Amino acid sequence: MPINASVDDPEKARRFREAALPYLDDAYTLARYLLRNATDAEDAVQECYLRAFKHFDTYRGPAMKPWLFAILRNVCRAEYARRATTPTSAIEDVPESADQTPLWHEAEETPEAKLVRRWDADTIRRLVAALAEPFRETFVLREIQNLSYREIAKVAEVPVGTVMSRLARARAMLRSAWLAEEEQCK
Amino acid sequence: MTCDEAEVLLHALIDDELDAGHAHEVESHIAGCPRCAAALRDYREMSKAISEAGVSYTAPAALRQRIEAALPQPRAVPNRRAVLRGFAMGSAVSALAATGLVAIVLRNDDAERIQAEVVSAHLRSLQAGHLTDVISTDQHTVKPWFNGRLDVSPPVIDLTAQGFTLIGGRLDYVDARAIGAVVYKRRQHVINLFVAQTGNTERRGARIDTVQGFNIRHWSDRGLSYWAVSDLGKDELAEFGEKFERAMPAPG
Repeated sequence: MPINASVDDPEKARRFREAALPYLDDAYTLARYLLRNATDAEDAVQECYLRAFKHFDTYRGPAMKPWLFAILRNVCRAEYARRATTPTSAIEDVPESADQTPLWHEAEETPEAKLVRRWDADTIRRLVAALAEPFRETFVLREIQNLSYREIAKVAEVPVGTVMSRLARARAMLRSAWLAEEEQCK
Repeated sequence: MTCDEAEVLLHALIDDELDAGHAHEVESHIAGCPRCAAALRDYREMSKAISEAGVSYTAPAALRQRIEAALPQPRAVPNRRAVLRGFAMGSAVSALAATGLVAIVLRNDDAERIQAEVVSAHLRSLQAGHLTDVISTDQHTVKPWFNGRLDVSPPVIDLTAQGFTLIGGRLDYVDARAIGAVVYKRRQHVINLFVAQTGNTERRGARIDTVQGFNIRHWSDRGLSYWAVSDLGKDELAEFGEKFERAMPAPG
């Protein structure tokens, strides 16, 4: 229906702008943490929005943010795959079995009376970026993007139980890195 | 509850994802377990530090522009657009906000202005001697009368059998254009049906608005826009519109 398409598109684009563009910063933030590179993140977000616009007709809600994130995550995974064929820039991926490893050894030596220090934004960003996948993704979706466990499960295409174990592990790893950072500052 | 269970569930406690029963169980475990209590305290401190430090990123303006440029642009609306372009120039962000806004503002603005004009035209028509230029209850008299007076003559449909009496037609001016008005009556209520050509060929379902106490039923079909205006109640005006649309000859 070429006639209708030309008539519908500006209207569709207007609705899409209103619905999706308010999440541009959120999408860019997620892409930055997933890809750890500003240029790649920009490309991924652009690709995400174009795909989202293309599939906007099939969008039935409920929430726009997780819907966009699910698309963005797939774009980013394609980027991982591309990098994996480029050994120099390959990013480490922790095998899924890491989900099952015990959590405690990382923070075992933590003195119970000591409080964690308040780091500045740059330090926190660096510590979070150093987390291995898929824990980083889960952590960012929860702690920075404020998604619920169910929303994260949908975005990451895993059961809620997996979200919980990944989040537990992500926080445990971050906690030990957080404390180790303090040791380095002494 | 064991530490193994608690070490996973205490996160759900932090994130407010636990039901009351489980929350209570985790809290009791933590009350008696210094190690889990320390972990919980640290995680909460970290969450707080993260939200207060502001670790999100802001999308670069260039990215916003690239996405914006890749999307189909809102329909051009010449004059007003040029006026608004001035303050759309500020920054990429405000430019974007303005394009979104322009589309919305203009749409509503135009629609409202035309509705107001349609009501004015309806009011003018009610003054003595202004209602019809051609008086006839015969659609085959009214229809040809429009031909030659307008680029597009409106469909004239006899709805007498459906309870709406055709009483004539008139030339009117809405949005600085000559348009056709087909006049119907139900009891003592006049219905002006304004018909204008539109660039838009898609069918747009009817909506009824009330402007200055008059009801307007507006719809579009096959390149024509219709405004039925009357002091009839919404129900009866809707009935009129539905009967008119049903009586329209099938396309082709």
